[in-house]
Amino acid sequence: MSEMNLEQMTETYYDVLKEIGNIGAGNATTALASMLQCKVDMKVPQVRLLDFKDVGSEIGGEEQIVVGVYLAVEGDITGSIMFLLPVDAARHLVEKLMGMQMSGDTFGEMEISAIKEIGNIITGAYLNSLSMMTNLKILPSIPSLSIDMAGAILSVPAIEFGTMGDNILMIETQFTDDMEMNGYFILVPDIESYEKILSSLGIG
Amino acid sequence: MADIVKVGMADLKVCKAPDGLTTLGLGSCVGVAVRDPSTKVGGLAHVMLPDSTTISQNGNKMKFADTGIQLLVEEMIKLGANKSRLVAKIAGGAQMFAMQNKSDLVQVGKRNVDACKKKLAELKIPILAEDTGNNYGRTVIYYPETGDFVIKAVGKNERTI
Repeated sequence: MSEMNLEQMTETYYDVLKEIGNIGAGNATTALASMLQCKVDMKVPQVRLLDFKDVGSEIGGEEQIVVGVYLAVEGDITGSIMFLLPVDAARHLVEKLMGMQMSGDTFGEMEISAIKEIGNIITGAYLNSLSMMTNLKILPSIPSLSIDMAGAILSVPAIEFGTMGDNILMIETQFTDDMEMNGYFILVPDIESYEKILSSLGIG
Repeated sequence: MADIVKVGMADLKVCKAPDGLTTLGLGSCVGVAVRDPSTKVGGLAHVMLPDSTTISQNGNKMKFADTGIQLLVEEMIKLGANKSRLVAKIAGGAQMFAMQNKSDLVQVGKRNVDACKKKLAELKIPILAEDTGNNYGRTVIYYPETGDFVIKAVGKNERTI
């Protein structure tokens, strides 16, 4: 087991994540625009290192209902990634993608697979940019989806970060088509993979 | 006017009735609620990981079932609780995502619940009720006055255990 911890790694890793976030969000925006067949803008992503206790308020409170898409990552690095979207933004994207209004408040089978697809595209775009920058092979699993309280969904990556320290690293991206949407992206490589990522970029 | 004290992730708090304790959006973490029915001293821990001994970054005692529950009981005793009278209720430990083939970490909800039960048994604190497992998040509110442990989940009726 490595002696490094997340806080020590953070400064360099921050910059790396920011760059990955930038390129990834750019790719994701392009993919989203072609999928939705409309113009999508994005702002420069914000990378944040948060204390566990602040994670919930960062995305609008622990009880805010969000959609979480979670994938395991294998290949040269192992870990997991998560993409989070407030439920109203998810509904907006689904309606846009399917070209119709959702009948009720709940997501049916069709809507859920649409959301998974959106999650797939967005996380795929991030992973592609990470893979290209590092020359590491990164294979995502099939996405798994949960619609629940933000605190509960974030407990999953928080626990993974919890094995390394007391913070969670989060990339916030704002997408806009005709609605402003905040998407949150969380990449959790296991500790050996952190070092692989950094050393493949020549900064390990 | 009674206060409801908020407990964050990997955090714990103690109080005296009529005050209460709450933690919002428990997922795979476990909320461990303990009280002394006689002095009405209560405590709530938001446990994140099962075992401090397997992790090198274990400075935050509140994060783990073993050290967190230990600390919770110590804090309660400072506030006037008697260890031999303590009783517990637990909630949480959900599996939020249905991943088929994944590592231990995905099963962490169940492992957290098991670890909390083990630690409570070791401290000889009986578990009066639990609402654990499944695949949804829970907000909990604990009232040391009555021992009521109120559980809220999205799209479900509020219940008290």
